[in-house]
Amino acid sequence: MAPRMIGTCSVVRWTCIAAAAALALAGCGGAKVGDTGGATSSGGSCGNVNIAVNPWVGYEANAAVVGYVLQNKVNCKVTKKDLKEEVSWQGFGTGEVDAVLENWGHPDLTKKYIEDQKTGVDAGSTGVKGVIGWFVPPWMAQQYPDITDWHNLNKYAPMFKTSESGDKGQLLDGDPSYVTNDEALVKNLNLNFKVVQGGSETALIQAFKQAEEKKTPLIAYFYTPQWLFSELKLVQVHLPPYTEGCDANPEKVACDYPPYDLNKVVSKRFADANGPAYKLIKNFRWTNEDQNQVARSIAEDKMPPDAAAKKWVDANPDKVNAWLPAP
Amino acid sequence: MATVAPLRAVLIRPARGMVVAAVLVGWLVLWLILRGINTLPLGAAQLTDLHRSLNQLNDAIGASRDSNPIFLYFFNVIRLVVGEFTAVIQAIIAQPAFGGPIPLIGWLGAVALFAWISFAVANWRVALLTAGGLIVVGLQGLWQESMDTLALTLSAVIIALLFSIPLGIWAGLSDRVNRIITPVLDFMQTMPTFVYLAPLTLFFLIGPASATIATLIYAAPPAVRLTAHGIRSVPHDTREAGESLGSTTGQTLTKILLPSAKRTIVLGINQTIMAALSMVTIAALIDAPGLGKTVVKALQTLDVGTAFNAGLAIVVLAIVLDRVTTAASVRAEAVRRHGPARWPWLRTTLLVSGGVATLVAIWLSRTYVWAAEFPGDGGLGSAIAKGTTAATLWVQTALSTITGVIKDVITAVLIEPLQALLVTSPWWLVGAVIVALTVVIGNMRAAAISAICVALLVASGVWQDAMTTLAMVLVATVIVMALGVVFGVWMGRNRRADRVIRPLLDAAQTMPSFVYLVPFLALFAATRFTAIAAAIVFAAPVVIKIIVDGVRGVSATTVEASIAAGSSTWQTITKVQLPMAREALTLATNQGLIYVLSMVVVGGLVGAGALGYDVVAGFSQGELYGKGLAAGLAIVLLGIMLDRITQAAATRSGQAIHHR
Repeated sequence: MAPRMIGTCSVVRWTCIAAAAALALAGCGGAKVGDTGGATSSGGSCGNVNIAVNPWVGYEANAAVVGYVLQNKVNCKVTKKDLKEEVSWQGFGTGEVDAVLENWGHPDLTKKYIEDQKTGVDAGSTGVKGVIGWFVPPWMAQQYPDITDWHNLNKYAPMFKTSESGDKGQLLDGDPSYVTNDEALVKNLNLNFKVVQGGSETALIQAFKQAEEKKTPLIAYFYTPQWLFSELKLVQVHLPPYTEGCDANPEKVACDYPPYDLNKVVSKRFADANGPAYKLIKNFRWTNEDQNQVARSIAEDKMPPDAAAKKWVDANPDKVNAWLPAP
Repeated sequence: MATVAPLRAVLIRPARGMVVAAVLVGWLVLWLILRGINTLPLGAAQLTDLHRSLNQLNDAIGASRDSNPIFLYFFNVIRLVVGEFTAVIQAIIAQPAFGGPIPLIGWLGAVALFAWISFAVANWRVALLTAGGLIVVGLQGLWQESMDTLALTLSAVIIALLFSIPLGIWAGLSDRVNRIITPVLDFMQTMPTFVYLAPLTLFFLIGPASATIATLIYAAPPAVRLTAHGIRSVPHDTREAGESLGSTTGQTLTKILLPSAKRTIVLGINQTIMAALSMVTIAALIDAPGLGKTVVKALQTLDVGTAFNAGLAIVVLAIVLDRVTTAASVRAEAVRRHGPARWPWLRTTLLVSGGVATLVAIWLSRTYVWAAEFPGDGGLGSAIAKGTTAATLWVQTALSTITGVIKDVITAVLIEPLQALLVTSPWWLVGAVIVALTVVIGNMRAAAISAICVALLVASGVWQDAMTTLAMVLVATVIVMALGVVFGVWMGRNRRADRVIRPLLDAAQTMPSFVYLVPFLALFAATRFTAIAAAIVFAAPVVIKIIVDGVRGVSATTVEASIAAGSSTWQTITKVQLPMAREALTLATNQGLIYVLSMVVVGGLVGAGALGYDVVAGFSQGELYGKGLAAGLAIVLLGIMLDRITQAAATRSGQAIHHR
């Protein structure tokens, strides 16, 4: 019995000590939670807008600026969701996503969600022009000026040999998010190259950085606008020029990629409601140079997207005012 | 006897080795004649009818989600329950809740609460570790992200345990249930998450519910397996003793089986938590909040420093959770064996006063800003990020020439020949060789499973990619095993080496692979070897740990006898310790293969191509969804096949040992 008694005693004692310590701590005080108050509740008239953020910096620049303007000038509540393209478009039907702010063509998604399921709607161009193609690091374009013409690629093919490409030159393909015609192009243009799947944008960017740093040869699938260009001016290799319909049959493609007019896609429900947020997104339109500025702030200067957006918005009031929906 | 045993072993083993050699030579000869025919190639953008019909199925499911009663009454209910549960835990520790600017509990309260829980389930040492670990992630500037990750992990684990422990008990009691459930668990663990990530958001919408469910699918199996294993391992006598005393099944379960199996069950919970944490970065791809998002975002701009900082926070959380659950399992065992601790009143006292202190800390954290929001600006985090970036740059410039040579040599000597053999042989020849080898090193049952797997691989339409992947998996496993034997023997014989290396192994196992992919890409370019290197980092720790365990398991008297007989260190290792640790070596090979296989998809992101790339592309492009699913199934088939072959081989070598 005795130990138990001691036990009870000490429970009481410890409790007292703990309570005393707590009171002492509390006495130290400090600012109280909720004191700061005044946090402007951004509920407002416009409601909640769900913006998908696809995983590349250019897209993030669009989302940052549109989100910032919606929040601060149109008084909406913005929820950003980090998603891949396919999942974002899926969200139109389930009501989880209202807007996709930079779409690179994606005929498969367009067919499935805009034409068949009718859950998505085109909301017009972002004004940004996308280019897809084959690129080489700047040092190569300088040293071998004629490499930018595809006719000369076979001449240089041995230079591009790697452990992955056997006795052919390596053409590095990258981001699995895009349909590429590269296998067909290599075959139809009789190029002595083998397509090697890099598998991610990260792999491509790292490959270009290394190639320029160590002056090693590299030719790879890439695209612009892309933040890397502010650091490394990659040079495009010209394939036979694109003409309307030359890529109709994926097996027979022998021409360059089409120029892309990057657009916005929104959910049908969101468009039909025709609220101020939808009007702003529909009006949103800027240039490659604008996007690059914001992307550079995010990628190179490591600014939080919101701060990068604020910087650009403050510097370009005219452009922003043109997007605002008429009151 | 002592002289007869090795003799018999010598007589049996070469015979088997010779058959294996004969099969391989026969394969080489036939390959020379037949190479290039019946190789079932399929281009990157090409699809088979199976892939197209899987696409259609996926579309049909998506189109019917508003009308289908299964969606309306089944999936939606699950989504609501899981989503709400996760939201509640988030509201308690992570996200601003109930209209206030902070979660229900601020950082001070959370640190106190978790430390108190650690003390309650284990001991004061891990309680201190918990408090320290949480403060470190706070100093890294990642408090909220870490709490989001913790909330998601905990809710996934809690929900997983609600199902997996009862299921594990059932599988432990019934052989039939166990047989049915094992392939399902294999499937859940080897099917790449990328394959079901997009459909999950269709079923359960984008948000915490989908992230939690994706995590728990992958994390639940270890708890089921180890619970079943724990119940099964209760000695027969113990169980019978209870039954002969007239206890009912329920009484046997609660009074005898569960207490005896408690330690193993807690170990299962430990493994489930670790598996859940390893899903953090992948779940971020469907908008799961937390550290994974930081890692993924940082990689868009190749910001290795920031990614590493967040990865390190995941490692810290993993080590804390691991040590707490391990200590809890040790305590469970100690309490069972020796009864409660020596001074129960002391523990009670500490528990009660700690509880009061925790309540005070929670109150403080709800009242004062300094206790609610983690103070400071994450100075430790930016220092770590800067240091890592500098170190990575240095490594990349200093080493990339040498590493490039290593990559080229291993590619030319190991990967290319093996891949050529597997990929350019006719499919039926490869299938025949696999089945024949299974018969020789395993048994007929495993051979039947191999044959079925080969047939299904052919049907999947991605046979050639599967063979390319198999070649890489085998090369990676060989390297992993070589590392495992070297480090395993070293650490098994040298406690100091063990103490120094073990934390590094823990870190390598829990650091999200996305973090080190960027420097690896710089060192080895986008190649198959980079994929292999990533797989080695992930798989080697497990293999090393198992082999250390096996080497330690060799009885000290045997080792001493060998030394007394005049054996050199080398002889002791190769003639005594390694042969006697043979069961551990086979188990290590089995786990090595499975762990390597689970990195195939990550390999697809860095130049491995083949199945890994198919899965990633299927997740990214609607048209390739069916092919990605088929590739995911192919990975599962490879996993089941390799697992059953190595297990059969293990059983066989186990029998050989027992015969001796």
